[in-house]
Amino acid sequence: MEAAVGDLMATELRLGLPGTADDDQPQMKATVPSTPRGKKRTTDTDAVEDAAAEEDSKHDVEAAPPVAKAPVVGWPPVRSYRKSCFQASSKQATKDEAPSSNTAASAAANTTIGSFVKVSMDGAPYLRKVDLRMYKGYRELREALEAMFVSSNNGGANLSEFAVTYEDKDGDLMLVGDVPFEMFTSTCKKLRIMKRSEATGLGSLRQ
Amino acid sequence: MGRGGSRAAPAAAAPPWHALPDEVWEHAFSFLPSASDRGAVAGSCHSWLRAERRSRRRLIVANCYAAAPRDAVERFPAVRAAEVKGKPHFADFGLVPPAWGAAAEPWVAAAADGWPLLEELSFKRMVVTDECLEMIAASFRNFQVLRLVSCEGFSTAGLAAIAAGCRNLRELDLQENEIEDCSIHWLSLFPESFTSLVTLNFSCLEGDVNITVLERLVTRCRNLKTLKLNNAIPLDKLASLVRKAPQIVELGTGRFSADYHPDLFAKLEAACAGCKSLRRLSGAWDAVPEYLPAFYCVCEGLTSLNLSYATVRGPELIKFISRCKNLQLLWVMDLIEDHGLAVVASSCNKLQELRVFPSAPFDAAEQVSLTERGLVDVSASCPMLESVLYFCRRMTNEALITIAKNRPNFTCFRLCIIEPHTPDYITHQPLDAGFSAIVESCKGLRRLSVSGLLTDRVFKSIGAHANRLEMLSIAFAGNSDLGLHYILSGCKSLKKLEIRDCPFGDKPLLANAAKLETMRSLWMSSCSLTLGPCQQLARKMPRLNVEVMNDPRRACPLDSLTDESPVETLYVYRTIAGPRSDTPAYVQIV
Repeated sequence: MEAAVGDLMATELRLGLPGTADDDQPQMKATVPSTPRGKKRTTDTDAVEDAAAEEDSKHDVEAAPPVAKAPVVGWPPVRSYRKSCFQASSKQATKDEAPSSNTAASAAANTTIGSFVKVSMDGAPYLRKVDLRMYKGYRELREALEAMFVSSNNGGANLSEFAVTYEDKDGDLMLVGDVPFEMFTSTCKKLRIMKRSEATGLGSLRQ
Repeated sequence: MGRGGSRAAPAAAAPPWHALPDEVWEHAFSFLPSASDRGAVAGSCHSWLRAERRSRRRLIVANCYAAAPRDAVERFPAVRAAEVKGKPHFADFGLVPPAWGAAAEPWVAAAADGWPLLEELSFKRMVVTDECLEMIAASFRNFQVLRLVSCEGFSTAGLAAIAAGCRNLRELDLQENEIEDCSIHWLSLFPESFTSLVTLNFSCLEGDVNITVLERLVTRCRNLKTLKLNNAIPLDKLASLVRKAPQIVELGTGRFSADYHPDLFAKLEAACAGCKSLRRLSGAWDAVPEYLPAFYCVCEGLTSLNLSYATVRGPELIKFISRCKNLQLLWVMDLIEDHGLAVVASSCNKLQELRVFPSAPFDAAEQVSLTERGLVDVSASCPMLESVLYFCRRMTNEALITIAKNRPNFTCFRLCIIEPHTPDYITHQPLDAGFSAIVESCKGLRRLSVSGLLTDRVFKSIGAHANRLEMLSIAFAGNSDLGLHYILSGCKSLKKLEIRDCPFGDKPLLANAAKLETMRSLWMSSCSLTLGPCQQLARKMPRLNVEVMNDPRRACPLDSLTDESPVETLYVYRTIAGPRSDTPAYVQIV
């Protein structure tokens, strides 16, 4: 593996834009190409990856690091339809299997694996689905929802006329934004974008 | 030909063959098996062009933007069956943002006007609305076959329109669509007098269906051959449905899990025993292994088995598959592991297609023991194996070379090593040698997906040897522009090229611009492309649509882009329709 890395470095493998710094993570962990989009996605999990890197140096060079990786969009190439089946089955599997093969890390990973949730918007004819893992925080999520639902057809309307709410594990309707983003992604089952006029009693709806 | 009748007619000679009336040619052309044959005769001369296009019954539009719907309908006025495909293949993996395009509506509208006798319509990766489905139900009095694959945008309300309006419907085939559940009891809208159904596939529907209505429908459609249920149908209902349709040839089970009850097992077993014609089996989500033996009686006759959603492990799975001695198609999860594939290799000698899907694609740790060995075993023992899709976590050049030697008859070879840049795990070398062996040996290879650590060298081999290759998928591979150049300057039959996360720039595109017009489409995402050369390409090749796509979440007004601005995604395709007018804000046609 190291020999291969050396060869690649010699041929100046660059996946990024001209001018961006090379991704200096060792190739064996390089699931994320060094495009800006990829870099954005790793910052949250850098701490996890650094810890993994320390562990890795003790293992065989060619072994894959035994922690959950920052997800690369659309890789491995499994149909999103199939992904939602895996959610159900992997959660099932971890419930049924003996705890021996489940580290805390992979248990944590299981809550973020398969975070496709339905998004409904009042007045929209059909629902969409988003993968909550794709977003670093609330702002990115809001931007994505805007891009999805508030198209140029609506004449430049934006999400400030709507309240973004979600249904949590207990089935309660909650306002998006109160809890840390990671907690939100692990408890959110469904998203619902409702008209401000309907969202009475939810207090001040800050951006 | 032509002169045969001249002896009987005294003065008037029979027309020379090239002056025969169109009807004769139309009849002759009806024997041509493939669309490409028909295309070839249409290109020969004007009279054949005229005769061919007026008698074309089946039309496949592989890229909905390659031609305008109204032009297609006008050109082929006698079409009875049409298939239209929309979004690029990588849309399946979430690489195409929402609202990209591929609306079915213009096609349905054009067909409604120009093809009133249309009988079959098939859409793949397109946005099909309820209005489209209503239009279909209202416009074609002899409509028989509706097939929707990987589509979105419609709900059960649209299905209700089809059920209510299509009196002669034979096939309703819904494969892996995103269907909104409006809780409309669409099944009940098939009239009581309606008995023509041959195929009913609603496996991708997420909501409940009225099972009583379904049972009545199944009972009265005596010609029903394919029935694929969704996850809402419990096991005991499956048994009674199967009992009502013993003539079934293809069955997709619903929710297969239930606590084990001997009564239910006996019911299921008895129902299956009545199915003498069952050849294809799928479904089995959350399958409880204890119930699998209920299907043992049909195993011998099965030619196709899709357990790729079944999270069944170990012995039960292997016992089941080993009884299926006549399998031609097997789709399974990697839970089968190497030793399971060894059993497949020895039991299923007629296997033609194998797909092994990952059960935990996003986990870093190797949880199942599925390696290159499973594929080597199957390729060694199954002489008719020609199509493979294999997800695994490790591979060696030696294994690939062995596989290539065993199976020169591969037509489709798709290997996905889950971790990008994974080298040969024994020698730590790139997998260039292995994939080169595949393309050199498998002279009939039409489709190839490569993965693992790969340098430009492998693309040199592919370009030089893969002469029949029509579709190539590349991810996280190559070193430089040379890699792409090898492909575009070689690969004589290439139609579709899709690339992601490779260090390829725009120079090979400009150098091989003419090649792009011989291909259906090119997709490049997360490579090293910039805007200026893409615009240059578009100027050079007016019959290509060069679409540049950036991340819709990035607020980046397209006016502020310069020649050096990076291009996140490039999608190039040949077209006679010119630039499309339905691009979203994040797509620019340069």
